[in-house]
Amino acid sequence: MATQVAIPLYDQLSKDFHQRAAVPENEDDTLHNWRQNAFEKFRQQGFPSIRQEDWKYTNLVPYLKEDLQTEPLAYDYNEISPEQASQFHLNKLDANILVLVNGKLNTSLSSFHGDADVSVQSINSAASHQHYRPYLGKEIDLKQDTLAALNSALFSDGLFIEVRGNAVVEKPLHVINLYTSAGNIFLQPRNLIVAHKSCAVSIIETSANISNGSIVWVNSVTEVYAEENAQVNHYVLQSGLTNTRQVNHTEVTQKTRSLYNNYTVTLPDADLVRNNLNINLVESGTETHLYGLYLAAEQQLVDNHTTVDHRKPNCFSNELYKGVLTGNAKAVFNGKIFVHQEAQKTNAFQQNNNLLLSDRAVIDSKPQLEIFADDVKCSHGSTAGQFNEEALFYLRSRGIGESSARSLMVSAFAFDVINKIKIGALRSHIEKLISHNLSKWYASK
Amino acid sequence: MLTIKNLHAGVEDKKILKGINLQVNAGEVHAIMGPNGSGKSSLASVLAGRETYEVTEGEVTLDEKELLEMSPEDRAREGLFLAFQYPVEIPGVSNINFLKTALNEIRAYKGLPPLDAKSFLALTKEKQKLVEFDAKFTNRSLNEGFSGGEKKRNEIFQLAMLEPKLAILDETDSGLDIDALRIVSHGVNKLRSNKNAFIIITHYQRLLEYIVPDFVHVLYDGKIVKSGTKELALELEEKGYDWLKEEAQLQEQV
Repeated sequence: MATQVAIPLYDQLSKDFHQRAAVPENEDDTLHNWRQNAFEKFRQQGFPSIRQEDWKYTNLVPYLKEDLQTEPLAYDYNEISPEQASQFHLNKLDANILVLVNGKLNTSLSSFHGDADVSVQSINSAASHQHYRPYLGKEIDLKQDTLAALNSALFSDGLFIEVRGNAVVEKPLHVINLYTSAGNIFLQPRNLIVAHKSCAVSIIETSANISNGSIVWVNSVTEVYAEENAQVNHYVLQSGLTNTRQVNHTEVTQKTRSLYNNYTVTLPDADLVRNNLNINLVESGTETHLYGLYLAAEQQLVDNHTTVDHRKPNCFSNELYKGVLTGNAKAVFNGKIFVHQEAQKTNAFQQNNNLLLSDRAVIDSKPQLEIFADDVKCSHGSTAGQFNEEALFYLRSRGIGESSARSLMVSAFAFDVINKIKIGALRSHIEKLISHNLSKWYASK
Repeated sequence: MLTIKNLHAGVEDKKILKGINLQVNAGEVHAIMGPNGSGKSSLASVLAGRETYEVTEGEVTLDEKELLEMSPEDRAREGLFLAFQYPVEIPGVSNINFLKTALNEIRAYKGLPPLDAKSFLALTKEKQKLVEFDAKFTNRSLNEGFSGGEKKRNEIFQLAMLEPKLAILDETDSGLDIDALRIVSHGVNKLRSNKNAFIIITHYQRLLEYIVPDFVHVLYDGKIVKSGTKELALELEEKGYDWLKEEAQLQEQV
């Protein structure tokens, strides 16, 4: 393919794969073959191109121009001190903390090492675990998602979290992803989260790029399995990611009567954030809520692709994504809902609203519903608008300065997403980050 | 307190205000009446600083300060308040948070420290009682889902909280039933003092039975064509505006 030739990383990754295949470490043949197959899928298709429908609005080529070191090569990074890591703890959040450095679990920086309810280990050491192979990559369509295929072929580290059946985990797990490198780097972490029958758990992911100016490219895959009656709250906060380019693939599989809530908040900084969030409702009676908020400025690109696959009857899914764009920022929202013929009595709702604060900001919003069952309730809506000038005048006429009035209105716009975040300390942290960004935007005017 | 001299303003090429002169002193209540399209609400908008209007001539001072040079927020901070004809719904901004922000920005402008939570709460309670505004509304989103009457009462509640020097009530009586009208008027009467002033824009004499004005002005075709006392309002109620229109046209011909 023409686009592959332009990307030096492609050849590097091929080399890496052959090197890696020669030394299969502690992986058995089935795993080895799976990786081989995954790499073959990537090799055939290469990096996604804008000719593919799912990548029509996001061209990766400009983000892959630089030389990037891949993981198997030795790369330098500064050791992170516990004091440094503790800066990324959230104020007033009582949580079990796991710190990952460049996708690798760092036990000395982590305060939590597993207990009776939750087991935590590096995915590297999980190969022989009885619950590893049955779950790994089970629902990912490697042919469709070539970057997920690339990750599957080459990932070398990440987290494996298991929550025991019937365990109600009181403290949220706070996963802090820190990235640091002396040179430009391409990372491929892999996380697997298995929530067993009737458990309840909240997972918060935050991140930060603490390199001094190096480009950090992250092609991550996280799989979440919610077994029967399990409840999983999954918070993903994407902030503090200057010089970062990310493609995050999250594949969620829900069994009967399980509940999965995803809250994805993307704040300005990263050059590129592409989130692929796929929800597979493989059994009946499930409930799913997807809430998203994205703020983007300058030349940033935030792309949220979500898929909710209603395969079985009586499932409920609700999705609300809101975006605020300024400068030359661009955002993409693509929300697919599939309702299979068998999935009668499906309730599926989707909404995407955008606030454009500059004439140059762009949103491509695309709801996509494919319904093959006849007894369902589905709706979708998409809006893009500017500030309500009358509302702005109303606030100002009460003595509220223009920039505070604008901030108030952006916060108000974001309110129905932010308000859904149940963990107070996280919510106020996000509110603070939002108002910090807004004051930056208005100060630069 | 407020001096308007030869004020001309319009929207794009359309001239709406064609030379308004008005003097409002502290302690006074002025009513501005007039037929539809005469420029009543435009006058309110121009005074409050709505950006769609362009002032082409004239000057307005509020306590010797040039009003027209100021941003809408600075006019409010200087003590001007407009009770909107159509208050805006802003989902996600709580009424109380909005008021606190407004009050503290006005205080900061005057060099005062922000009000602490306790004093703010006490003030809120006091003013709620004064204008009979139900406490349940204060925690809701600003005007969201409020009935027409509730929105107007919220305007008067804000007026009570912000204690402006000059309040302009733009058709506050429209859409009010008789009970709400009584409550709103009652609130305004309690807020009247010899330190503040009111401009009441209305179509009907009805409101003026409750809020008794010191002066009544009739606006027609962008000018004040007649001024008088509260008896003028009664006369208008009886005779309509046509006789004034004719008078105004006659004057123009001369």
